[in-house]
Amino acid sequence: MYDAMMAETISITGHGGDQIEAYLARPLGPGPFGGVVVIHHMPGYDPETKEITRTFAVHGYLALCPNLYTREAPGASPDDAAAAARAQGGVPDERLVGDVGGAAAYLRAMPVSNGKVGVIGYCSGGRQSFLAAASLPLDAAVDCYGAFVVGTPPEGMPLKVGPIVHLASDLSCPLLGLFGADDQHPSPDQVAELDKALTEAGKEHEFHSYTGAGHAFFAVNRPAYRPEAAMDGWQKIWDFYGRHLAG
Amino acid sequence: MCTYQTEKLDVEGSGKGAAGWFALSQATVYVDHPQHAPAEHTLNIDFLNPQHGPAARVAVELTAQSARALAAAIESALAATPPGLI
Repeated sequence: MYDAMMAETISITGHGGDQIEAYLARPLGPGPFGGVVVIHHMPGYDPETKEITRTFAVHGYLALCPNLYTREAPGASPDDAAAAARAQGGVPDERLVGDVGGAAAYLRAMPVSNGKVGVIGYCSGGRQSFLAAASLPLDAAVDCYGAFVVGTPPEGMPLKVGPIVHLASDLSCPLLGLFGADDQHPSPDQVAELDKALTEAGKEHEFHSYTGAGHAFFAVNRPAYRPEAAMDGWQKIWDFYGRHLAG
Repeated sequence: MCTYQTEKLDVEGSGKGAAGWFALSQATVYVDHPQHAPAEHTLNIDFLNPQHGPAARVAVELTAQSARALAAAIESALAATPPGLI
């Protein structure tokens, strides 16, 4: 099987027509391929998220990770950019939707695209994946331990985020949720509440919560990494995207 | 977890970052996943000057025990300073 791929930094059109940095990884075969927009976690557009993006290309997807902190910190290192974005209140929801929409449009316009685009996000990106799926026409969405889809953030929190579970009925595509049973953001009760809201809204979804795993169990460079949960989680993603995006 | 909670304060002084010394104007204090420290969560402090861009930053990631010891040491050093010296 021909398995060549390439990855590179590109510029795409994001929210408000802004040019933003993005990392594209794609198989070099003839396709057609499904697309995946990768939403990075709160620590930013870092080497590990780029590795995740390349992993999707290895598995036969066009993958594109927009740098959501391009505007706050153009050209800065990922940790400095994340600190700057955090100090300024984080990524506004409206801008996130515009940036993910721009990334999805870029993927659909690629000659080797099959026209289908999914989204996946980690940590704060998990909530943003849900938000994108409720705001944009997409084909599949994955929420990896996104906090504050359900639940009110603490008093005085400077980030511009609030609960968005009320958007469940707007979901445009099936949702795969991957959670750690030991996580408190989202807690198991909040995951159950989201599950219930999606069921009541008649939205196709499947949730998996891993015992012995907490927040950020996919993060290979952090102590939170839980190989068993992460490896099973990847299998769930391949199965889910295989059904909704492939071919 | 990402606590998202961030304490932000104005500060006066200087810090030494990757490009040398610069004037500080702001500090943020928060508990979150560290970028580098081998712990799931740390108390993080960024000393910043946003006017000079995101790279004008002196960052530390401390265990809770270290952060409390630091806070106590700062208070202790200030308390031992003769009045009017700083």
